[in-house]
Amino acid sequence: MTTTVNESAPGGASRQAAGLPRLLPASPEDLRGHLARYGATPYRGRTGVLIGDIEASGLTGRGGAAFPVYRKMAIVARSRAGRKVIVANGSESEPASRKDELLLRIAPNLVLDGLQLAAEAVGATEAHLYLHYGPTGEILRALAERASRGLDGIGVTITQAPPRFLAGQETALVNRLGGGPALPTFQPPRVSERGLGGAPTLVQNVETLAHLALIARYGPRWFRAAGTDAEPGSMLTTVYRPDGKCRVVEAEIGAPLRTLLSSGAETAAWLVGGYHGTWLPMPQAVGLTLANDTLKRFGASVGAGVLVALPADRCGLTEAARVTGYLAAESAGQCGPCLNGLPRIAAGLAELAGSGHRRQTRADVERWAGLVTGRGACNHPDGTVRFVRSALTVFSSEISLHARGQCSATNRKPFLPLPNGMPTSEDDWT
Amino acid sequence: MGGTTVFWYASRATGIVALLLLTAVLVFGILVNRQGRLPGLPRFAVTDLHRNLSLLAVAFIAVHVFTAVLDTYVHIPLISAVVPFASGYERLWLGLGAISLDMMIAMIVTSLLRGRMNRILWRAIHLLAYASWPVAFAHGIGSSKDLQQGWMLDMAIGCALIVAVAVIWRLAHAARQVPRAGRVAAVFAQHTATTSRATASKQARRTGETVTR
Amino acid sequence: MADTLKVNPIDCTGHGVCAELLPELISLDEWGYPIVDPRPVPPVLDREARRAVAACPALALKLMRTEEPARSA
Repeated sequence: MTTTVNESAPGGASRQAAGLPRLLPASPEDLRGHLARYGATPYRGRTGVLIGDIEASGLTGRGGAAFPVYRKMAIVARSRAGRKVIVANGSESEPASRKDELLLRIAPNLVLDGLQLAAEAVGATEAHLYLHYGPTGEILRALAERASRGLDGIGVTITQAPPRFLAGQETALVNRLGGGPALPTFQPPRVSERGLGGAPTLVQNVETLAHLALIARYGPRWFRAAGTDAEPGSMLTTVYRPDGKCRVVEAEIGAPLRTLLSSGAETAAWLVGGYHGTWLPMPQAVGLTLANDTLKRFGASVGAGVLVALPADRCGLTEAARVTGYLAAESAGQCGPCLNGLPRIAAGLAELAGSGHRRQTRADVERWAGLVTGRGACNHPDGTVRFVRSALTVFSSEISLHARGQCSATNRKPFLPLPNGMPTSEDDWT
Repeated sequence: MGGTTVFWYASRATGIVALLLLTAVLVFGILVNRQGRLPGLPRFAVTDLHRNLSLLAVAFIAVHVFTAVLDTYVHIPLISAVVPFASGYERLWLGLGAISLDMMIAMIVTSLLRGRMNRILWRAIHLLAYASWPVAFAHGIGSSKDLQQGWMLDMAIGCALIVAVAVIWRLAHAARQVPRAGRVAAVFAQHTATTSRATASKQARRTGETVTR
Repeated sequence: MADTLKVNPIDCTGHGVCAELLPELISLDEWGYPIVDPRPVPPVLDREARRAVAACPALALKLMRTEEPARSA
């Protein structure tokens, strides 16, 4: 596996002052190590109590949407339904993201603590773990050890997510757990109001739950010691630098991106926020930080923490076209605008990345991008359009080059990771 | 079969009209599903006609039932209109009529409650239309000497043929439907075909050739 | 307290009845799917809006309280 933990992320003293790293131990930790380091799971004894701390901490979801965690918890907690469900979302459907996989491998107990604490806080009667690779050895061992010590208040069912980009979307997840395919449904109702089997369902990313487990121990002020006032805490990032290696780095929110990504002549552009994220031009974006406050000036957001520095010897336009083709193929095909728009946008981008394109292709792509935004049942068309539009802006000079049959790249090897299997049958979604 | 009362005539007449209306309702229903249009009429006309004609058909069936019950030549209990095989007279054929009517009532009630009920359940009940029509047809042919001869028989056969054609058209489309998992690939293919035709015709215009599909 | 028109894009199959009945607020894109005005329905069009909602063969058009439904990533 190419994933490594980078403990020596730059920032030095300030990182230590902020108490980083918080989530990632130096090596995989079993239950004994976990308990020695953190102590026993600090259950509160009744529902609702922990939610106040989570609100004070300002914790937002680490799965990409950055929704305030306490709000979803409060909705589920105050429901009077007899059945309530909690799901730890470890599907990590973004192909370039590796942070959840690493977290679950080396610190599964932190995630499972968070799951149990959140379950207690909202009064969950049922708990699920939704995983990209299904039950791994580390997870099963952790669950078995916890069971033998009676640590867990509620049993956990593990379900494997299908390898689809949309499999981790909240409503698709609920559909999958309910026995159907991982296809999104229209909202309202939100899953926190009516989710699995009609029960209020709290869905949280596994990293979010790990942070929650630490806040429950050390308190909201501790959590806020890192990060910014508006966006407190730390987050796991999956970083790709021009050397081609993939690293998971825990970074303070607000850290300068240039301490995580390269920025010199060897970098063509940055991609922040993964495949629903935003391309950023170099050198204009070099001063940006890992915080939505600064990123939004360029229409970007941190998302699930995927950060890429595209090497200068690659063609960003070609990379963008490849990824867009993938995103189009991953459309659920349920909504007319997305189904019709995304493949056409992808084809248009492929034509722009080819050598010589028809004159109206650029305008066509722009028109289709406008047509699909906001008109699907989920965020897929919107995220794809954001990715495409930023690519068209950042790589516009490349488009002109390709129109004349040229390309600035000297290396044709694909850089951005994509999975191999494209969906072809209904079974691929279950 | 005897009885030349006004009730009996009314029952036979409204029954025949009901058959014609039900034929139209089924065809319009298929037309709605296929997003077909009637020449010169707006799209909402097909939907409105389907719904309104179905209510009109039920109105005619109500008169058809009540007049049959009111006719004193044979005894037909009112309940046999909805409870199959509860009539002593022509037990089988009237029973089929009741079955068909029951299905229609289910379709109409569920359609009125459509916003509040499970979509899949609504659709399953609405598919009963394909059973309800032939059962109504059998009821008509079996219980009425009128429909068994002459121009009325021709008319009944005509209705059956129209329904058959419509159903075959519907089934053919269902067979051609791309399953959800294949839809994106289909759009890709369609788009590639369109753009390569556009490129080819553009090139042909330059060279003076014609492009055939 | 105005209502807003929303389309469930999963149920919508592009019949186009809504755009015919309410052209002031709904138009069709190049693939036949409705583009719905996101602003609250003006009171003068309220009856037409309800008619369009009732007429949709797929029951995909809805009239909802003005709060925007959340869409998560």
